Amino acid sequence: MTENRMGTRQVELEVLRYNPETDQEPKFQRFTVPCVNEWCVLDALNYLKDNLDSTLSYRWSCHMQVCGSCGMMINGEPKLACKAMLRDYAGVIRVEPLSHFPIERDLVSVADDFMAKLKRVKPYLIPGEKRTLADGEYKQTPAQLERYKKYAMCINCMLCYAACPEYGLTPKFIGPAAISLAHRYNQDSRDGGRDERQEEIATSEGVWECTFVGACSDVCPKHVDPASALQQVKVASTVDWYLEHFMSWVKK
Amino acid sequence: METIQADVAIIGAGGAGLRAAIALAQADPKLRIALVSKVYPMRSHTCAAEGGAAGVIKADDSMKQHFDDTVGGGDWMCDQDAVEYFIHEAPKELTQLEHWGCPWNREADGSVAVRPFGGMKIQRTWFAADKSGFHILHTLFQTSLQFPNIQRYDEFFATDLLVDDGRCQGFTAIEMRSGQMRCFRAGAVIIAGGGAGRMFPFNTNGAIKTGDGMAMAYRAGVPLKDMEFVQYHPTGLPNTGTLLTEACRGEGGVLLNKDNYRFLQDYGMGPETPVGKPQLKTMELGPRDRVSQSIWHEIQKGRAVKTPWGDCVWLDLRHLGEKKINERLPFVRDICISYLGIDPVKEMVPIRPVVHYMMGGIHTDTRAATTLPGLFAAGECACVSINGANRLGSNSLVEILVFGHRAGLSALEHARSMGPGNDAALTAQADDAQAKIRALFLRKPGKESISGLRKEMTDTMEEGAGIYRTQEGLDKTCDKLSDLRRRYGDVALNDKTNVYNTDLLSALELGSMLDCAEAVAVSGRERKESRGAHQRIDFTARDDDKYLRHSMAYYNGLLPPRIDYRDVVITTSPPGVRDYSGAKK
Repeated sequence: MTENRMGTRQVELEVLRYNPETDQEPKFQRFTVPCVNEWCVLDALNYLKDNLDSTLSYRWSCHMQVCGSCGMMINGEPKLACKAMLRDYAGVIRVEPLSHFPIERDLVSVADDFMAKLKRVKPYLIPGEKRTLADGEYKQTPAQLERYKKYAMCINCMLCYAACPEYGLTPKFIGPAAISLAHRYNQDSRDGGRDERQEEIATSEGVWECTFVGACSDVCPKHVDPASALQQVKVASTVDWYLEHFMSWVKK
Repeated sequence: METIQADVAIIGAGGAGLRAAIALAQADPKLRIALVSKVYPMRSHTCAAEGGAAGVIKADDSMKQHFDDTVGGGDWMCDQDAVEYFIHEAPKELTQLEHWGCPWNREADGSVAVRPFGGMKIQRTWFAADKSGFHILHTLFQTSLQFPNIQRYDEFFATDLLVDDGRCQGFTAIEMRSGQMRCFRAGAVIIAGGGAGRMFPFNTNGAIKTGDGMAMAYRAGVPLKDMEFVQYHPTGLPNTGTLLTEACRGEGGVLLNKDNYRFLQDYGMGPETPVGKPQLKTMELGPRDRVSQSIWHEIQKGRAVKTPWGDCVWLDLRHLGEKKINERLPFVRDICISYLGIDPVKEMVPIRPVVHYMMGGIHTDTRAATTLPGLFAAGECACVSINGANRLGSNSLVEILVFGHRAGLSALEHARSMGPGNDAALTAQADDAQAKIRALFLRKPGKESISGLRKEMTDTMEEGAGIYRTQEGLDKTCDKLSDLRRRYGDVALNDKTNVYNTDLLSALELGSMLDCAEAVAVSGRERKESRGAHQRIDFTARDDDKYLRHSMAYYNGLLPPRIDYRDVVITTSPPGVRDYSGAKK
């Protein structure tokens, strides 16, 4: 255990502030925050709120990278503030709300669009074969679990939307997390709802909007790899299209 | 004030609240269900539970074994009728989640896998790697999206229950986006607001766990039961308090003192078992209260590991190997690397006991009904008494399902039997609630700060109401909390903005925590025995003659709560000796 972890340093935080009741537009405010070396950016914000300016608004809860509340831009990159360790930053740290979302106040983004898109892709099991509780569990082998497990890891932190250039340009794009989630259920051996979901995601607002930049996978704190989900949906829907138009006698 | 009319309104959209909402939606597609939470459902702290959920499913297990483990684990403070209901419903609820898509780990043949857990004599913990709570929460949230009659009110902060004609008929809540007060009117209300671990300085809980639901019911006259029983989880990261799941030990991790000695064998949990071959219900698979208390004793004896974050013991996972750690404990590995810079594949991890869970809460019966007609409660905020004096790991994720479901059905039954309320009386109450918030806005800043009072509260809780307690310490903490509650009346806001005012929410949360903290400390002061998680240095023995009773704390304004008692329900298991000595027989 290295001893300097408990040492302190003064960290310059440049925080975007916006109060919709008084401000015409957002502006940066600079704070000098005494920080312990091993802290993350969220710890620095919490110190700031408790000791320097209690009017700062931001979301946070678990401080363990799983509730998905504290997504924000840190030096221009979408990050969870509880996963952005101060040891990885030198100089001024610039903190802003997530890109591509309207600002509600300070670091709080408006999440309505994301929540609506999640719901749209029917992210729930639509059983292929119905079972009652008395029938017991569906059988699912470890290999079948592995096919979708990665896509079930999404914590809905919205970092991928903040990173996605397409979403920035075309807000109607359903976007990486929601499509990954649809793909998660499509890949689940218990599910039979793929056709219903394809109506939402295999469209111009769905996967065909994606230009495969891959930024979503780069920023994902949970290694969900939305880019691979999108590519798999594209391939699958291409196959669907050919089957439908040229080989309609073949059962999908 | 805008009024929102529902048949049933639910406060809290974590595991218990979502389960209740789904039960209601399935019971009647025409029902109007309002699901109100201060955070988006996915942010609820259910997501942080790691290890798993207990339910009898395997051929070598039985309901009786789960019952005995739970009742003994709870040091006979569990209500046994509630435990019976709980263990019978558990496998159904877990199977239901499986049908909704929960990605439980599997055996090679495709059946659900189970893992060992502390205090359980048989392997019965269903798990999804070490993110079981996360997957349960997201499965419930996503499942809830298919029901159009679940109307969500995300980021609405509930403040006061509306009680008229002797029954609960709604509540007020602040819409955080606008800062406007809303009035929710309903035939029945369910509180599923979670625990209150943030009243302690060192805890595994998310920032949102401030006991708001408990405090709301308490102020409305509903007793808080068994509040003195606060669970310390043995394995928290020493700097951040982050939880390292009990599954670390379930999978074979061991605890060592500074001399690399497996000290648990000195505390009635031996003889030593072979490293990497965990045996159920002994050594590292002892119950949380005993393991945490043993660590405390090792520290007192000077056998702790000195770290920059204070006295610790080691959690050694190295012998599990990288493959097993990645498969079964990937999140634990990530967290250790992120916050401690230690890779458990290669190094031992320093850990110390950390406040984790409130066994106590809003008093309910097995129907999840409180003493106030029309008000129901489920999950950590409630105390239906399946956890007694010490909850067994992996029972709480099932509790939210079983009693969330039950609360939904009970609330529906109640709501259907009720006629309309008295508009004028309820509106007047809602106006009063709004006036209180307005007064807080208008109050001129004085010398009390929210963060200052909060720090004094958490410090005194640790000093006087921590893992080991004395009369003197509890007296001091009770006095301090009285003082803090009085001074809380002078708290003012620096932030006068309506939109997303977290200064206001912090003030309200502090008020909730102070009320709950006083119930903890006063209940603890009055319980002059040691049982489960409540350990008194001045009364070291369990005293069934005097204290085989639930403590019931009644709100008493600015005065400390009045404490009453209620008999524990014993059906088949008379109080006995808790035996975790494994092979020593």
